[in-house]
Amino acid sequence: MFSWLRFAGLALCLALLLPGCGEQPAPVPETPAADSTALEQPEGFPPRERVERLLIATTTSLYDTGLWAYMEPMFEDQYGVELDILYAGTGKAMEWGMRGDVDVVVVHDRAREETFIADGYGLSRTPFAYNFFVIVGPPEDPAGIRDMEPQDAFIALSQNATIPFISRGDESGTHAQEQRLWAAAGLDYETIRTSGDWYVEAAAGMGPTLNMANEMRGYALADIATFLAYQGDVDLEIIIGSGDAMRNVYAVIPLSTARNTDMAQNMVTFLTSPETQELIGSYGVVEWGQQLFTPCAGQDL
Amino acid sequence: MDKLAEAFVIALKMIFSGDPVVMEITLRTLAVSASSTVIACILFTPLGCLLHFARFPGRGFVIGFIQTLYSMPTVFAGLLIFLLLSRAGPLGELGLLFTTKAMVIAEVFLVAPVILGLVISALKGVAGEAAETVRALGAGSLQTGGVVLLEARFAILSAFLMGFGRAISEVGAAMMVGGNIAGRTRTLTTAISLGIGKGEVAESIALGLILMILALLISLLVHITGMRKS
Repeated sequence: MFSWLRFAGLALCLALLLPGCGEQPAPVPETPAADSTALEQPEGFPPRERVERLLIATTTSLYDTGLWAYMEPMFEDQYGVELDILYAGTGKAMEWGMRGDVDVVVVHDRAREETFIADGYGLSRTPFAYNFFVIVGPPEDPAGIRDMEPQDAFIALSQNATIPFISRGDESGTHAQEQRLWAAAGLDYETIRTSGDWYVEAAAGMGPTLNMANEMRGYALADIATFLAYQGDVDLEIIIGSGDAMRNVYAVIPLSTARNTDMAQNMVTFLTSPETQELIGSYGVVEWGQQLFTPCAGQDL
Repeated sequence: MDKLAEAFVIALKMIFSGDPVVMEITLRTLAVSASSTVIACILFTPLGCLLHFARFPGRGFVIGFIQTLYSMPTVFAGLLIFLLLSRAGPLGELGLLFTTKAMVIAEVFLVAPVILGLVISALKGVAGEAAETVRALGAGSLQTGGVVLLEARFAILSAFLMGFGRAISEVGAAMMVGGNIAGRTRTLTTAISLGIGKGEVAESIALGLILMILALLISLLVHITGMRKS
């Protein structure tokens, strides 16, 4: 039985063990440097803490190119808010949005974006930049699809059925584009998916998918920006380049559940402002020798 | 092969030049892991003692269940905490998702069974002979309990270090509830996972080396405390 004395023993045990905990580094639950950054205030006023957060979920392709890291301090300084950037495929970003966990999403799948707004989650859809999807593969082009129309290339790949095609398989915008191309080729996506070992679902981001295509010597659908960032690390090249059917439009959607809808709206204003648009248009030229994104504020894309 | 060697050189440079981003990520990792370990120690060591010293029906089952939780997949724990803290979830009002606090909560959840289970084992390890001897010498329950705890203190300390090791090397839950936000919730493990996704090998190796060094220090500490016991 559990006696009084044993209880006392337990109390003793706590006293004895606490010094053991003390040997570890002191608990510091929050260390973000940005939190303590005070905003500029007129003299005589105590510095205001930058406490407000705006959470934005952005597609991995925009994140991996470093564009967001570049724009983040500009937005923070202009609006006096801490911008916290999460990256995820379009599907996951929208899932966060539906749960109210983020305030703004930046995604690239027009059909799903329109449903998202019709369902009441998003307030508006504003395209602000685009680039192109490309089909990449081994330089020797084992399936012989170079410079074909994308849908014809997909037909050739499915008929060949020996050279691997690596799909994102993660409900991302790129994955949605792939499904549109199968449909444009007159093929049923579900049939293709299960038609054999040549069709590989990576269920991963663009980078890991390109690495997998490189290792398996197969083809993949990629956004041009991520591919350029990877070009040095993988022995793959662009087999089929741009075309209107391959346009990849990024749009910003402030959420109806945003903690501060005005601040969420500021992100739309920021991304479509002439200064930011110019910056997006020139981003990447120094590092990759070519423009990664074409600004397109005000266009219906 | 050249590329790999090159990446290691860049990695070592990053570590020894005190790269501010690398330092910031390392400090945050230590802070989050230490906080969660300390909280789990304070909450669950007494519970471990209680489970060891108390006698009640189903005690064996409870202890067995705790040991099962050792192998709880961290992504699953992450998912549960995510659903709990998400704004659509029961604790959504607190606005904790995608903060270091959420990461601490998730890691307490993962570290707790390790600490509970190992504290119970530590006490069990001395309970047999030592407790018998002390009791034979005429000690009461309180004195016996005290002696058992004193004898087990190094084993208990190594339980804490094991818990810390689990917290610091954790990636799945940290990613899900922290969101890997640069300058806010990015830790060594989540940064490595992002670096691999982006093809930044050198940076991933640098962070991986730091994590390995920290893990090595912990296991050294575990070893030393184990030595002092014997």
